[in-house]
Amino acid sequence: MTQFSEKKFDFEEAAVIKHDIKKAPKTGDWRYMTPQVDKEKCIGCTTCVPFCPEASIDMKLYKEGQKTKADIDYDFCKGCGVCAQVCPVKVITMKKN
Amino acid sequence: MNKELTKNFASGHSACAGCAFPTIVRTILGESPDPVVISNATGCLEVTSTLYPFTAWKTPYIHSAFENASATISGVERAHKILSKKGKVPKKVKFVVFGGDGGTYDIGLQSLSGALERGHDFVYVVYDNGGYMNTGNQRSSATPYGAATETTPVGKESFGKVEMRKNLMEIVAAHHIKYAAQANVAYLGDLKKKAKKAFEIEGPAFLSVFSPCTNNWKFPTSQYVAISKLATETNFWPLFEIENGKYKVNWATETPKDLEEFLKTQGRFKHLFSEKNAPVLAEMKKIVKDEWQRLVNKTEEV
Ligand SMILES: Cc1ncc(C[n+]2csc(CCOP(=O)(O)OP(=O)(O)O)c2C)c(N)n1
Ligand code: SF4
Ligand code: SF4
Ligand code: SF4
Ligand SMILES: [Mg+2]
Repeated sequence: MTQFSEKKFDFEEAAVIKHDIKKAPKTGDWRYMTPQVDKEKCIGCTTCVPFCPEASIDMKLYKEGQKTKADIDYDFCKGCGVCAQVCPVKVITMKKN
Repeated sequence: MNKELTKNFASGHSACAGCAFPTIVRTILGESPDPVVISNATGCLEVTSTLYPFTAWKTPYIHSAFENASATISGVERAHKILSKKGKVPKKVKFVVFGGDGGTYDIGLQSLSGALERGHDFVYVVYDNGGYMNTGNQRSSATPYGAATETTPVGKESFGKVEMRKNLMEIVAAHHIKYAAQANVAYLGDLKKKAKKAFEIEGPAFLSVFSPCTNNWKFPTSQYVAISKLATETNFWPLFEIENGKYKVNWATETPKDLEEFLKTQGRFKHLFSEKNAPVLAEMKKIVKDEWQRLVNKTEEV
C-alpha cells in the first residue's frame, strides 16, 4: 500500500480571484436598442429598478423639489427592454442605436 | 451601476440580455442580514458570472461541479461552525447554494437530499428555467409537459416533452425541513419575504424560483417579467410555502387566466396551437388544473 510521505502535499497556493469592476466586460457594447427615459414624465415609482438584469438603473435627482427619476448607466445596459416593458406609465422608449 | 443592488452580485456578468436570474440572485441575497458564502452548481448562472479574469461575485464563491453544490456547502458550513467556535472567523455567516433545475431536480438531487437530511444551516435556491439551458436547451425533469427542447423535439411523431414535471417541492418537503417555498421573479415582494424567512430559519430552507430563459424559451428579451406573471396568473406556477409541513398558497384568484395566454408567449410551446396537437394542449391544461387542485387540497390538510 502506498504510504504518504512526510512531505506536505505539493498543492499550489489556491488562486484567489477578486471582484474588480475594472475587469468587467462593458456589456453596454451588446446593445442594439437603447432605452431612453423621458425624465419629465417619469413618476419616480422605482418599478423598473430591481427588474433590470444589469442593475443599470439608479434613481437620481433630476430637478430640485421633484421626486428622483430613473437614470440609466449605459456602460452595462444590454438594451433588453425589460425596463420599458415594466414601466407602468410607459415613459421609457427603446431607440435603435 | 446601482450600488445597493450590486452589493453581492455586480453588473458586467454575461447572462443573455433580458435573462431573469440576476434579479433572483440580487433579490434573495439582499435579504440576508449577514455576509454570505455561495456555492454554485455548474449552469448558466455560474458560467456567465465567472468569466476569467472577472467575477461578478463580491461574496466568497465556490464553483461546484454539477452534482455536489449541496455537499460543498455542507462542508463549508460545518467548517465554519468549528472555526467560529475557535474565534477564527466571524460568527454570523449565511450559506447559500444556487443551482439550476438540471443541477437540482436531476444531477444534484442526491447531494441536496443528503444536506437537507443532515440538517445543515443553509438556504438552497433553485432558479428554474425548465431545462439545461447553458448547453443549449436539453430537457430536464423540470421541463414542462409539451415543451419543445433539443432532446424532446417537435416533429411528425413527437410533440415535445412527454413526461410531467417532477414534483420537487414534495420531495424536499419529505425531508421534514422547516421551510420550503415556491416563488416567482415577477413577484419581488413575495420573493423577498420568502428569502427573509429562509435566512431566519435555523437548518435547511429551500426556495424554488421561476426563472424565464429568453434564449431557449424563445421570447423577446423584454418579456421575462410579463411571462413570469402569466405563469402564476394561469396557475402554471403557484406561489406557496410549506412551513413545518403545512402548505399555504400565497397568491390565488377566482378567475385564473387561460393557460394559452402563458403558452403563446413562448416559441417552445408554439406547436401546441396546431390542430394536430389539440389533445396535447388539452392534456397540459388538465395537468395544470389537477396540480393546482392537489395543492389546494394540501392546504386543507391538518
Ligand atoms: C456532470 C456534468 N454533466 C454535464 C455538464 C455540462 N453542463 C454544463 S452546464 C449544463 C446545463 C445546466 O443546466 P441547469 O442546471 O438547469 O442550469 P441552466 O444552465 O439551465 O441555468 C450542462 C449539461 C457538466 N458541466 N457536468
Ligand atoms: S434596457 Fe435592460 S439592461 Fe438596459 S436599463 Fe433597461 S432593463 Fe436594464
Ligand atoms: S418604472 Fe417608469 S415611471 Fe417608474 S421610475 Fe422607472 S421609468 Fe420612472
Ligand atoms: S440561456 Fe437562458 S438562462 Fe442562460 S443566460 Fe441566456 S437567458 Fe439566461
Ligand atoms: Mg436550467
